[in-house]
Amino acid sequence: MPRKTKPKLAVWKFASCDGCQLSLLDCEDELLAVADAVEIAYFPEATRASLKGPYDVSLVEGSITTEHDAERIHKVRRASKTLIAIGACATSGGIQALRNFKDVKQFTSVVYATPKYIETLSKSTPIADHVFVDFELRGCPINKMQLVEVISAYLNGRKPNVPRYSVCIECKRRGTPCVMVAHGTPCLGPVTQAGCGALCPLYQRGCFGCYGPSDAPNTRSLSEQWKAMGQTPKDLARAFRTYNAYADAFRKEGDLHEG
Amino acid sequence: MKVKTADTRVIKVEMLARVEGEGALYVKMKDGEVADVKLKIFEPPRLFEAFLRGRAYSEAPDITARICGICPVAYQMSAVHAMESAFGIKVEGTLRSLRRLLYCGEWIESHVLHIYMLHAPDFLGYPDAIQMAKDHPEAVKRALALKKVGNDIVNLLGGREIHPINVRVGGFYHVPTRRDFAPLLERLKWARDAAIETARWAGTLDFPDLERDYPFVALHHPDEYPFCEGRLISNRGMDIAVRDYEEHFVEEHVAHSTALHSSMKGYGAYFVGPLARYNLNYAQLSPSAREAAALGGLKATCLNPFKSIVVRAVETVEACNEAVRIIESYEPPEQPAVKVRVRAGTGSGCTEAPRGILYHRYRVDDNGSILDARIVPPTSQNQKIIEDDLRRVVEMYIDQPDDALTLRCEQSIRNYDPCISCSTHYLRLHIDRS
Repeated sequence: MPRKTKPKLAVWKFASCDGCQLSLLDCEDELLAVADAVEIAYFPEATRASLKGPYDVSLVEGSITTEHDAERIHKVRRASKTLIAIGACATSGGIQALRNFKDVKQFTSVVYATPKYIETLSKSTPIADHVFVDFELRGCPINKMQLVEVISAYLNGRKPNVPRYSVCIECKRRGTPCVMVAHGTPCLGPVTQAGCGALCPLYQRGCFGCYGPSDAPNTRSLSEQWKAMGQTPKDLARAFRTYNAYADAFRKEGDLHEG
Repeated sequence: MKVKTADTRVIKVEMLARVEGEGALYVKMKDGEVADVKLKIFEPPRLFEAFLRGRAYSEAPDITARICGICPVAYQMSAVHAMESAFGIKVEGTLRSLRRLLYCGEWIESHVLHIYMLHAPDFLGYPDAIQMAKDHPEAVKRALALKKVGNDIVNLLGGREIHPINVRVGGFYHVPTRRDFAPLLERLKWARDAAIETARWAGTLDFPDLERDYPFVALHHPDEYPFCEGRLISNRGMDIAVRDYEEHFVEEHVAHSTALHSSMKGYGAYFVGPLARYNLNYAQLSPSAREAAALGGLKATCLNPFKSIVVRAVETVEACNEAVRIIESYEPPEQPAVKVRVRAGTGSGCTEAPRGILYHRYRVDDNGSILDARIVPPTSQNQKIIEDDLRRVVEMYIDQPDDALTLRCEQSIRNYDPCISCSTHYLRLHIDRS
């Protein structure tokens, strides 16, 4: 039976680069169809118009880095039937979570002449640390086709088809030769979640972990392999501490190598 | 939203829409005159310059790309040029052309997004491009197809459109074959015509009558429209090498913004972006881009910031032309990158992001670890000029009702395609009338 009213979609931004919400506008072939299937009720990057909640689906981009945002995310949750965190910032704290390993006051004084004007929390944290999240779509940036899949799944009351296996599976499927075996290039693919299409090995570079830890990642074993290939503990600490530095498995492995 | 008391008239817009990032505007009017204008940026700070310390030189292009999802290529280009200047490397020939090609892709997708989806709705009276599509389906379909061509260039050469993975200090990880480019060529020729039509279409919009004698700043290269290289020049007589940037420009930290404000020593506020590039590099545009400018009603000089929408279309034509030229003469280089020999030193790079010049400077040690970093994005450079424009716009339209005046203010901010995520980063509009 056709729905009488279109489901309402909202897009929210916290600390981020805007790239993941831009993915929606980058769906050139699907945008008008998506706009036809849902009511875009709140999406400031794309529209001046805004409708009051509650919203059927909220997409949340960005991490929590200020007191104000830590309160705002609860309002978003209360207004949303389904809340989907999109991108590495929203699912793991993002690149700005590198502050979590240092003294944030020292950080602000590096960037700002008058740090007292700046209000920021000592840690950058994912949305799920603050409110219940219905689904986490990973990636820095997310894959726009996975985004369309997730929106479509929630609108149709089914589970999104977003695999949690590693980048290695995608390389095998594409027939890309393993860059570690064939070229001795260090690669995070064995412990990183698929979703990007195993892009980096296709371009003859090692995976650098944009999609965060895969399901049950054996980071310890991979680190041993990297060391055998001549990588230093510092290289390893840097490799695990990028866009998903504060994701559990990467954080623990990065901590082991910090020297 | 408006607040009125006996002697105060206040308009507030809590969140400025159709810009990248989060910001606000505060305008105060007293006795019918503008008393104060503040472009407020309250995007949470992400502290890139701080956590870049101790990272490897090779990570700078990928890490700084994450400052902005709209113009990651600009960050990658400024980062690699800065590192290469620190190491005394010059990337030339085909690799240099491929970098220009990647930038063409970003200019096309970013400019087309802004022209049709962020800026045009203001001129035509719609809240967004999706509503606009109901009455102007051809324009919006053209926009989506044209934007896709830009994205496809970035996809092919960079691996993906947002945060591409193929750029490295010294060149690329992997370069395409001639065959890889073949399908793009025909579409680019269509895109060039669509961009010319865009310039004509943009020229038919209604422009507020605002012209100012701005101090423009842009890169300038004698032989080409600027992307990655050239000298920094201004219509106020400045002509400097990129490495001297910090001697001529200063940044200050003001209480109402998490973005640092820039000013040009001796002149104060200055203007970067499409209008500045166009006025300082008109002679470098290809003939068909100049024809597109004429078709859109532009002369060799354009001083109306609202007409930046036409200039963006002209630059889209230029980017399509340049992309066609590069692909047609493409022969794959022997190596995807030149060899990098790491040494301690300081290097700076400045390239033309779609919104204007983006400056990076790094100091690295013997092992290539970053000791300190400085990044000056285009929007923080334009902040003061945006505030000056708002003052003028409020003066011009002071008799209009609050809603219309607010819309004019928003439109004049969007003239600059501000990327607040870049400048650090939130926009909120308050108009306060006393």
